[in-house]
Amino acid sequence: MARFTPHTEEDVREMLDAIGVETLDDLFADVAPKFEGELNLPAALSEYEALREVDRLAKENDTGLPIFLGAGAYDRIVPSTVGTIISRGEFLTSYTPYQPEISQGTLQSIFEFQSIVSELTGMEVSNASVYDGANAVAEAALMTARLTKRDPKVAVSAGLNPRYREVIETYRVEVVELPFGDGTTDFSDVPDDVSGVFVQSPNFFGVVEDVGAASGAAHDAGALCVAVCDPISLAVLEAPGNLGADVAVGEAQPLGMPLLFGGPYAGYMATGQKSVRQLPGRICGETVDRNGKLAYVLTLRGREQDIRRAKANSNICTNQALTALAATVYTALMGPEGLREVAELSVSKAHYLAGKLQDSGLTLRYPDAPFLWEFVVELPDVEKANEALLDAGMVGGLDLGDGGMLIAVTEKRTKEELDAFAEVISNAG
Amino acid sequence: MLDNLIRTKGREGRRGYTLPKNDVEDASLDKFLPKDALRKEKPRLAEVDEPTVVRHYTNLSRQNWGIDTNFYPLGSCTMKHNPRANEVAANNPGFAGLHPLQPEAQAQGALEVMHELQGFLSEVSGLPAVSLQPLAGAQGELTSILMVKKFFEDAGDDGRTTVLVPSTAHGTNPATATMADFTAKEIGLDEHGCVDVDELKELVDETTAALMITNPNTCGVYERNIAEIAEILHEAGAFLYMDGANMNANLGRMRPAEAGVDVMHFNLHKTFSTPHGGGGPGCGAIACSETLAPFRPDPAVAKEGDAYTFVRPAQSIGRVAGFHGNFGQMLRAWNYIQMHGPDLRDVTDMAVLNANYIRARLGGTYAVPYDELCKHEVVVQPPKGMKALDIAKGLIDHGYHPPTIYFPLVVKEAMLIEPTETESKETLDDFIGAMLELAESRAEDLEESPTHAPTRRLDEARAARQLKARW
Repeated sequence: MARFTPHTEEDVREMLDAIGVETLDDLFADVAPKFEGELNLPAALSEYEALREVDRLAKENDTGLPIFLGAGAYDRIVPSTVGTIISRGEFLTSYTPYQPEISQGTLQSIFEFQSIVSELTGMEVSNASVYDGANAVAEAALMTARLTKRDPKVAVSAGLNPRYREVIETYRVEVVELPFGDGTTDFSDVPDDVSGVFVQSPNFFGVVEDVGAASGAAHDAGALCVAVCDPISLAVLEAPGNLGADVAVGEAQPLGMPLLFGGPYAGYMATGQKSVRQLPGRICGETVDRNGKLAYVLTLRGREQDIRRAKANSNICTNQALTALAATVYTALMGPEGLREVAELSVSKAHYLAGKLQDSGLTLRYPDAPFLWEFVVELPDVEKANEALLDAGMVGGLDLGDGGMLIAVTEKRTKEELDAFAEVISNAG
Repeated sequence: MLDNLIRTKGREGRRGYTLPKNDVEDASLDKFLPKDALRKEKPRLAEVDEPTVVRHYTNLSRQNWGIDTNFYPLGSCTMKHNPRANEVAANNPGFAGLHPLQPEAQAQGALEVMHELQGFLSEVSGLPAVSLQPLAGAQGELTSILMVKKFFEDAGDDGRTTVLVPSTAHGTNPATATMADFTAKEIGLDEHGCVDVDELKELVDETTAALMITNPNTCGVYERNIAEIAEILHEAGAFLYMDGANMNANLGRMRPAEAGVDVMHFNLHKTFSTPHGGGGPGCGAIACSETLAPFRPDPAVAKEGDAYTFVRPAQSIGRVAGFHGNFGQMLRAWNYIQMHGPDLRDVTDMAVLNANYIRARLGGTYAVPYDELCKHEVVVQPPKGMKALDIAKGLIDHGYHPPTIYFPLVVKEAMLIEPTETESKETLDDFIGAMLELAESRAEDLEESPTHAPTRRLDEARAARQLKARW
């Protein structure tokens, strides 16, 4: 205990005297109802004991195996430098940069993050990040309502990650379903009262969608098009900003964030300059100090809850500065060519595996649809296949519950692992 | 004007990372993708080597102050020391490499951590049910108020349209009420800076869904009438929500359930010391009564026999996060509580001691609008004619991160000081010395500060007027 709280008994005595009270209890004289007992928590552990317990529980998880699960979180390589930089106390232990004179490190890193997101998405402006991909999607749904001045109602298909759709619904946005055929969404019949049309590409099943068609359909309905994109895919796929999308959002986890059982990750959001006032969250902008030196500061604060209170465009307060920094450092290390290579390695390996599975007599659910690194294979018994994979030391794909297994292949997977996976799954009944 | 962005430090063709070689056949994208689906121009990103990346971001970090480098008494933010053991825990490969969609049987260690943390937060709050899913404090608020909303909707009571919010509340409170399709109605304060109970009696009616209270409130004052407030609301069929941003003042000293609170959020990044990371990620776990438990986000963690499982609460509002929440922050907070146990009360005692010490020593020079016992933070005002902003910038030149300024809104020139429990008496004395010295300064001298920081004061209006938010 004392290692985190420095006061000696003498310090406490002197301070109580200065305050003019007798005991620590006196400092809580105004508290009612008081809690008089002792908290029923396990006795305090030393650091050594606590970390031994962490280790014990860590061993209860099946990790360190080749992972073929994706569906919104990807087992990608995280360069060592990323962890080193985000562990620096000056980044790790600072708060929201309200005092820009002593927060230029965080502010410039946010500016760089915004620049990267803008470049990848082909959009004019990005925010400093939001909680995660699902929340970026839900915030985008609300944003389309504000921009179109329509009720929040969005058109999505089964191609949108179902978890994203659930968060949209939690945020009290009405959802209408678009038809989903051979791996892609049919945008030919968008209702004319929706505020937004969502297109995820690659979609939940890994298939590349026609973002241009989605944009066209949205605009014909007087709505906005929101593209949901894996940032790695944007190294090889056309930027949604060049395909008519009005808002681009997604999950930044593939850019240097460990899986960590689902978070912390970071959501990104980008849009056109004319929509910037309806973009929620922090935005960092360039300015100068009194000596004319270039510097960065949080800007357009008039949109936010601490200024606008009940009239703010969202209640969001934080960005994910530290995980966004991870994405920034990751992208700097990779550069445009490295990002492309990550994408191409994943595509090659995924297509190799898909080919092997087909050769062994299995069928893909969408054999004619173009995919990058995720695809659905039909299996007689997905659960049994996943058990066999675990027995063979691998984490299988996502059981879609309808005979399909959604398989993700990243640059981490070796040919040896892919061959082993194909062999187990082909023989698993 | 020359900038110092990472992109300016590169040269086409440089690389900062080497990937494994491809060991299968190259799949050519243009063979199976339509041409207009393919990217035509490469994104304008930095092309730099690893040494340049390390130096660039290391130097950027040195433009930043954190708890590790400076005393950081930012009111309402609980900038306490972040024990490094928590970082070691979160970086354990047995957790860091765990995919969120691995079946429960493959993630029993993680589920046990979540289940135990749920129990810890339940014990600290006295409230029986917990959800760890909200990703930040503001989302914990929204989750709580959405649960209240769904309670009334499922009960067929469509007349509950209003949420009451004290004038001292964080801006997130009224913004949350709006996002959950309620009308936020402001309620005033009594002479102690607490919710005005008489006004509350006037305002509460059959349209009231909830009151959002912060306790201690944002003036650092304990809401002495909280139990009566809860009773008034409950009699009207409404709920009491507590913003738990200030839980660092309550650990082991008061339990919100016993004061009548129905639902609350925690900021694990404040009270339980997961790092703030420059503004996130956090974790805004919530705790609630049996009545509201069925409305919690999907899923919660339960124990069935010897196994831990995810369960969907019966009338769940749905999910608020893509996966299970910010598990890394849960792991850190769990480890922090493991290292404190029932001694968590000492955390609160020392935090409250430190704040009262500052109040006692600054009082007389600085005005203390509610000059009675404070809890973990104290709000003061600069001497007449001086601005909070100038004192704040002056503090930077003394090596202190400024307190929160101009908040709470109800106090003019407010400076909200929260020292936390992890600071020594010497640090507090030095800080107090600097505050007293600044109070004697001439306004025109202070107006120049800071002069020893990485930048001088910024032209904030220009940033908005000529928006440039990217390279």
